[in-house]
Amino acid sequence: MASLHFELVSPARALYSGEVESVTIPGTEGDMTVMPAHAPVLAMLKPGIVTVRKGSGADTRIFVRGGFAEVNPQGLTVLAETALPVEELDAAAIAQQIKNAEEDVADAKTDESRRKASETLEHLKTLQAAL
Amino acid sequence: MPSLKDLRNRIASVKATRKITKAMQMVAAAKLRRAQEAAVAARPYSDRMAAVLANLASAMQGQAGAPMLLAGTGRQDTHLLIVATAERGLCGGFNSSIAKLAREHADRLVREGKTVKIMTVGKKGNDALKRLYGQYIVDTKDFRGVRQMSFAQAQDVAGIVLKMYEMGAFDVATLFFSEFKSVISQKPTALRLIPAQVEGVKPADLGGAVYEVEPEETEILADLLPRNVAVQIFRALLENAASEQGARMSAMDSATRNAGDMINRLSIKYNRQRQAQITKELIEIISGAEAL
Repeated sequence: MASLHFELVSPARALYSGEVESVTIPGTEGDMTVMPAHAPVLAMLKPGIVTVRKGSGADTRIFVRGGFAEVNPQGLTVLAETALPVEELDAAAIAQQIKNAEEDVADAKTDESRRKASETLEHLKTLQAAL
Repeated sequence: MPSLKDLRNRIASVKATRKITKAMQMVAAAKLRRAQEAAVAARPYSDRMAAVLANLASAMQGQAGAPMLLAGTGRQDTHLLIVATAERGLCGGFNSSIAKLAREHADRLVREGKTVKIMTVGKKGNDALKRLYGQYIVDTKDFRGVRQMSFAQAQDVAGIVLKMYEMGAFDVATLFFSEFKSVISQKPTALRLIPAQVEGVKPADLGGAVYEVEPEETEILADLLPRNVAVQIFRALLENAASEQGARMSAMDSATRNAGDMINRLSIKYNRQRQAQITKELIEIISGAEAL
């Protein structure tokens, strides 16, 4: 079966690179699962969990915040502003992120940026509830 | 002719200097490893970012309504030079070679009749440029007391640059930094930041397909382009940090060696003079005894 080349990079480091079966990414317009030979897509990401499935063994789950995904015939690339394996993610880290997001909402000067900041905040709160 | 005591003092002071340069070399070596790792880790992100941008740019080619950050303002009149250097000296030609490249660039633009504005990131670049180019410097930023460059700092700088661009303060922005090649080789580099440099990056072959863009092309570009500016600045800061430590390491290595040579030369001089003095004293005693 054809496999999908998947790369996940953040400014600080490259987190994942390899052949996988499918990847679920949290797009702003809804989650989507990318499988081999997917049509070219560019999508923005909301804060959430990227789930990587390989043929055998457990899924790899990685938390991403801000960024976008690109699918082209060579594979899927996720560029995230922050990325952390879920195992390294704990309640304290999420709480910190929520605090930052709340400050963003308070600092926002225009309606547009306030809307964006509060959206981020909501995503984070959902995530906190899910953990 | 310096006296024996002068020579002794001189040797002691050169030895102290050698100890300091040796210590600095070792510190730079330790810091270099960390900085180098960070610089190398940041490369895939900015490379992928450049590739994605190139893909989008080629898809947008010829279409009206391309964002200003990608297509430019349509003018080339005012240039902003962002000069990123280190906060500290004693690292060989590192700071001056970046400043020199920026100077050449600025001179050329002025000759062409363009308006030049300079923003310095890092104290040393400001020091090097402010005497001759002080009237061009519009903003300075330094990261004294910052131990490890993080993305937040790059976003800081990018925020200032983007704000100036939105206000129409410049048409073209070029970033100057030193690319880290190896410990002994750092290359001063100029990178065009705005409008985004997409030539030279080969877009991926889509096999005739067109990108599906979610949500909207304009919205995604509006998010992507400012992010790209921050990412490129971040990369420049990391490359700079690694280059600085590399340059310091080799500069301090040769300083240590020079100090060693100097100590050898001074010791020979000291020993010769000491011997001459002993001989002279002996002659005085002997001739004194003979006279009796």
